[in-house]
Amino acid sequence: MTVNKWTAANVARRVIDNEELFILDVRNADAFADWKIEGHKFEYLNIPYFELLDGVEEILPKIPTDKEVLVVCAKEGSSIMVAEMLSEEGREVAYLEGGMKSWSSYLEPIKVADLDNGGELYQFVRLGKGCLSYMVISEGEAAIIDAVRFTDVFTSFAKEKGVEIKHVFDTHLHADHISGGRHIADATGATYYLPPKDATEVVFYYTALTDGLNVKIGASQIDVNALYSPGHTIGSTSFVIDNKFLLTGDILFINSIGRPDLAGLAEDWVGDLRETLYTRYRELAEDLVVLPAHFMIIDELNEDGTVARRLGDLFKENHGLNIEDEAEFRSTVTDNLPPQPNAYEQIRQVNMGKITPDHDEQTEMEIGPNRCAVR
Amino acid sequence: MIQANHQLDAKGLACPMPIVKTKKAITELVEGQVLEVQATDKGSKADLAAWASTVGHQYLGTVEEGDVLYHYIRKGSNEPEVEKSFEQTVPLEEIESRAGLILDVREAAEYAFGHIEGAKSIPMGELETRLEELNKEDDIYVVCRTGKRSNLAAQLLASKGFTKVYNVLPGMTEWDGKITKDI
Repeated sequence: MTVNKWTAANVARRVIDNEELFILDVRNADAFADWKIEGHKFEYLNIPYFELLDGVEEILPKIPTDKEVLVVCAKEGSSIMVAEMLSEEGREVAYLEGGMKSWSSYLEPIKVADLDNGGELYQFVRLGKGCLSYMVISEGEAAIIDAVRFTDVFTSFAKEKGVEIKHVFDTHLHADHISGGRHIADATGATYYLPPKDATEVVFYYTALTDGLNVKIGASQIDVNALYSPGHTIGSTSFVIDNKFLLTGDILFINSIGRPDLAGLAEDWVGDLRETLYTRYRELAEDLVVLPAHFMIIDELNEDGTVARRLGDLFKENHGLNIEDEAEFRSTVTDNLPPQPNAYEQIRQVNMGKITPDHDEQTEMEIGPNRCAVR
Repeated sequence: MIQANHQLDAKGLACPMPIVKTKKAITELVEGQVLEVQATDKGSKADLAAWASTVGHQYLGTVEEGDVLYHYIRKGSNEPEVEKSFEQTVPLEEIESRAGLILDVREAAEYAFGHIEGAKSIPMGELETRLEELNKEDDIYVVCRTGKRSNLAAQLLASKGFTKVYNVLPGMTEWDGKITKDI
């Protein structure tokens, strides 16, 4: 039997198309418990590769023959070994090229909507890490919001679309993933914006992203309006695009809200978070479509793979927007918080430009789920 | 440098090779001996620790120097549990309140990754040739990982004329007090 090689893009298709898949994850149990490839109809078996060194006979009965089987490990070496062993036993299986490392870095661009006069809005879904980046395209120009560090994905996409990247925004100083914003701006000559209140320690040049800032993309003048919305960080800023879409950064997600503790100031910022979610956002039109910078679980994906929901619906359905008692809200977002994201302090240092780790070190820092939310 | 009986060079090898090589190398060791695995694959740390516990070896710890990880694994024993026959014993929780010498007879690498403050290290295998380092006037509390080696060590000391010797039970596996490391 042949051993097939799948790319992260192949797996992403199966997630988005809601297909069945059997994943044999051969990482150790802790790594699997912490983080895995999520799919609605995926089944899993976790057996560490080092328990299979003497053969795979014992697990054969647990591996289905009527389903596609994908062997996954951290980088790929062990999954190739196990896939070959299964193949020698007559099973047809595949392994994931580049392992969980490549899964963590894969981005799937999905169109959210057509805008006026031929404009387009794309969401870049990083399935393995739950990060969401955005590109607004209009008449030869583009703006990017919350770009992750794989800058070539954005620059190639812009090239493919024949547009020039003019504006690059970060809604806040990220703590869960390394931003690609500044590097895209450096490479393209675009303007890089960051909220000044999050940028007090950064060591590079940026343009201040402040409340009320209005940037127009292309001749058709797609509006990008900044709305100061502190709480996850003190500088956190949202965007209203074309009066139809609300990019909430890490303040409001589909099924959860932003956590206020990743810069170490939960107690100070909880009031800002409440003000943003319960007053500032309440003043916006309920028909705005919320586009967050993260999703936490695969159930937050829509059928087309996008992560988007009407603001009015979130006011009804999102628990974090429905805690009337202020003290209860305070305790929800400051007590019993989930573990902090992997290496979040180092990641903040990278995003401030204070340290410059190499590619492998960056990959290592970003391993694992993003954990920016509280539910 | 931490003492080990054998070294394995797995530098530059990607997963799964560090574990494949370790599995093979450890067959060359006698039970109770320590293997040092040199690796550059960062994932080898968690995997070696998890592998060791599934197959009954003892993962002692890892020291990082530059890009190289030095892992220490003590080969597990398949021998059945023997009765700790040495009669003079002291419960582990009383050890800190006693005056005298704590003698740790585990391997040097085990001692390096965590021992009771002030304990003296003489691995069981070296005890007979290092008796002159001990004083027959002292109370000597012998400790190891589970009480098995210290039982043998206490018997050895008694046969050499040490009278104030006690086996500490259970061993370091149950120790929840302060730990000193030599790494």
